[in-house]
This record gives sequence, C-alpha cells and structure tokens, in this order.
Amino acid sequence: MASMPMGGGLPGVFMNSGPSSFADFLGAYRPELLPGNRMVSGSVEHLNIPHATTIVAVTFPGGVIMAGDRRATAGNVIAQRDIEKVFPADEYSAVAIAGTAGIGLEMTRLFQVELEHYEKMEGRLLSLEGKANRLATLIRGNLGMAMQGLVVVPLFAGYDLEKGIGRIFSYDAAGGRYEEHDFHSIGSGSVFAKGALKKLWRPDLSEADARVVCVQALYDAADDDSATGGPDLTRGIFPVLASITDDGFLRVPDAEVGDVARAVVEARYTSPGGPNAPLR
Amino acid sequence: MPFYVAPEQQMKDRADYARKGIARGRSVVVLQYDDGILFVADNPSRALHKISEIYDRIAFAAVGKYNEFEQLRLAGVRYADVNGYMYDRSDVTARGLANAYAQSLGAIFTEQTKPYEVELVVAEVGDDASSDQIYRLTFDGSVADEHGFVAMGGAADAVATALKEGYRDGESLSEALKVAVHALQQQDAERVLEAEKLEVAVLDRNRDRRLFRRLAPSRIDELLARSADAPAAPEAPAED
Repeated sequence: MASMPMGGGLPGVFMNSGPSSFADFLGAYRPELLPGNRMVSGSVEHLNIPHATTIVAVTFPGGVIMAGDRRATAGNVIAQRDIEKVFPADEYSAVAIAGTAGIGLEMTRLFQVELEHYEKMEGRLLSLEGKANRLATLIRGNLGMAMQGLVVVPLFAGYDLEKGIGRIFSYDAAGGRYEEHDFHSIGSGSVFAKGALKKLWRPDLSEADARVVCVQALYDAADDDSATGGPDLTRGIFPVLASITDDGFLRVPDAEVGDVARAVVEARYTSPGGPNAPLR
Repeated sequence: MPFYVAPEQQMKDRADYARKGIARGRSVVVLQYDDGILFVADNPSRALHKISEIYDRIAFAAVGKYNEFEQLRLAGVRYADVNGYMYDRSDVTARGLANAYAQSLGAIFTEQTKPYEVELVVAEVGDDASSDQIYRLTFDGSVADEHGFVAMGGAADAVATALKEGYRDGESLSEALKVAVHALQQQDAERVLEAEKLEVAVLDRNRDRRLFRRLAPSRIDELLARSADAPAAPEAPAED
C-alpha cells in the first residue's frame, strides 16, 4: 500500500446533492471566483481595457459558421493583433465575445466548464436551447459590472442535434436572449458586416460558400471600423473560423482560411466594394 | 445504558459490514493496454454507470452501493472542475483526487455509524504506459497505487486470479478486452457476458483533450470477434 501525503478531504458542500450547474455550485462554494461578483468602484472609462470587436455567424443547410477578426483595441491603440474571440463552447457549439476582453474571456471559460460539468454530472448533453439559456444566466450575473462599463455581449451558435440545423443566439447586456435567423453579427464593426451578410447570404449556401461570406463580411467590417482588424497578409494572421455541423465543432485550419482571405483581398484590388448583389 | 464496545471490535464490525455489502455486487476490472487504460464492468444498465469520466485524462470506476459511489463521483467531478477552473486544466491530477477521496472515505469510516459500502478506482492516463496512474481506494480510506490491472467487487479474488494469468503488458485493446471479459466470467460458473451486458470505456492517450470514451455494444462485439492471430490492424480511435 503506497503511503500518500494527505491533504484535506472533499469539503462537505462537494458531497451535497445539488444542481448540475457548475456556476451555481461555484456561487455557493467560492462566490468570489464568478466573474460578476467582483464589483469595481469608481468609473472604469479611463482604464483603456482592451475591447474585442467584430463577430459574424452564418447558417447553411447542415450547420453554422462563426467567425471573428483578430484585433483587440485599447482606445486608439491596437492592444493585440492575434487575439482569439471565437471558442468552442462544447462539442456542438461555439461562443464568441464582443465587449470587454478580460471579462469576456473569463465568462467563456466559465461557460465551457458549465457545459462540460453538466454533461459529466448528468451523463447527457444539454439541449441547444438549454445551453443558450445557461449563457443568458451567466451574462445576467455580470449586469452589475456591465452597468459600470465592463460590458460583455457574446454570440452563441451551435448545431441543434434534435432539429438537425445550425442556430444562432444573440444577447444583450442584461442577459436577454434572442434567436437570430440566417445570419447575425455583433461588435463595433457589425453594422458594416451585417450589410455585407444581407447581400451575400442565400438559403442554399454550401459550407465552403458560407466561409467566404464570413470572410467578405469581416473584410467590410474592417474596411470601415478602425477597431476591427482585416486579414493581415504580411504577418499571416487570418480570421478565426469555426464550423459546427453534425460532425461537431471544427476550427477551420489557418491554411484554409488564409486561402479564402487571400482570394478575397485579391478580388478587392479590382473591386474594392466586393462582390455585387443583383439589382433586382 | 450504552454498551461498551472495544474500538478494535467496532472497526472490525464496520469493515465486515462494508465488505459484505461490496461482495454482493458484480465486478469491475481496470487494466492497462498499449494505448491507455481500459475499464470493463459487468453491468447490464445503459443508464446507471459504474464507469465515468471525471476530467480530461481521469476516469472513475466503482463497485458497491450505487447512491454512495454516485455521491463520490459527483463530488469528484466538482473537485476536478473547480480546480481546473481556479488553476489550469493540467493541474487536475488523479493523485489529488485519490487523496481527497481517501480523506473523505476515512472520515466516514471512523466517524459515522455506517461506513460506505464502496470500492473505487481513480485512473489517469499518461503519455506512455509507465506514466499511467491507477489508484484503488477502499471503504476505510486506504489507497493503493496499482500497476497493470485491478479487480473489484463481488468475486474479486476469482476475477483477479484470472487477470493475473491472462494479463500481459502492452496488449492491444482487443486483447485486453478479451482478458477482461474472460476474467469477469469467472465470477461464477454459468456467467456468459455478451456486449449488451458489459459497460466498457477507455482512456485513450491518442485522443485530443477529453480522452474518456464509452464503447458502444457494436464496437465491443467487433473487438471481441477480432481473431488473436490476425495481424493487428491499426487501432482507430474509439467512437462513442
């Protein structure tokens, strides 16, 4: 029998029966670890905390693609050129963040553990609706900080295993949850991205075409919004594209995104406005 | 008026009680194979598991009273997820979890009137067979660091004897599964275990991130049917 140095056992609260939610458990056990429970005093406006920017999501028959640019800005300074804003939430969903990067990254981590925790405790995956609702609850927990300027608004997309389709959910800072149809965009460049998505989206997009639509929309966002970064051909930094289908979450390899991005940039030399939609 | 019972007698009675409870159940075996750690339970239920994922590289197997080991499993998942969230995923270890279980089981055994009627294995798959860790915990909180194989539950002695005869280091998944099923069939003379009556899972070191996978009955059948003298086909990653 091996002798082992003994630490403490499992605290009583670990052995209690309770919800299968990780966030609820953490709230009871170590509430200070939840992102929303650290109130800040005074104004945060002068802090120049990095903000992350344009996210797009596009459905196609059989799934959904989510994409994000790579720029984080703090005021007029580019804080990071290769930040990741699109993450796997679990095997069949993705979450992307816009708003205060620090809080957004922490909330993403919490959400990932939340979904995996439920899966292990219950022995089954949450429904896509269930996942979307859990994320709404986490955002609601951040309302106090949002009111002081540390706002996070994620975009959530996933493959609905029961319905066999890709679905997109957007949120407001108060935790309001809205299902979006066909496509959606959030962040400072989203007004420009949405214009592009509206003109380029078709109900019968192939997955490959949906990838191109995402890159085109992000290009247009970067074109007009200084807080969104375009494809960085000199450094080889391209948008992050995630494809979610029946096969699960796939982060599209950089080499493949690079090919799409180079083709899009190439075409803009002759047509700076990008592809034209038919007039009527 | 309370009776005086000598502490030795009290502990012995509790241990006998726990052992009897565990001996009533069916067996579970855990063994190493070339690509990881294999868990096989004699368990016809599709919903009530004796083998479960705890974390990226860590799994749990148990025998005994369901509500008691299920409570320990849930506590273990909480322990792992809290530590992984507070520090980093790589900071969650089977050794830490085994320590926490040992403390809890030891406290329950000495302080509560009824001990837990459970026996557990906490296993963590490493980068190679020599870094795999298998901890076996008993109802009184004792911990053993095991290598190769473990048998727990009902006729654990007969199962362990069969494992000792059949087990070899570095076997393929298919060979390890055959050894495990043969060993479980030694629980009693008439026991025949088909895929439907088995709960089988692996920690496969060749997968990404979450290494735990349950094997479907069709996959179990396929592995058991694989002929021993056929050239070993490259092992595809286990599917759900």
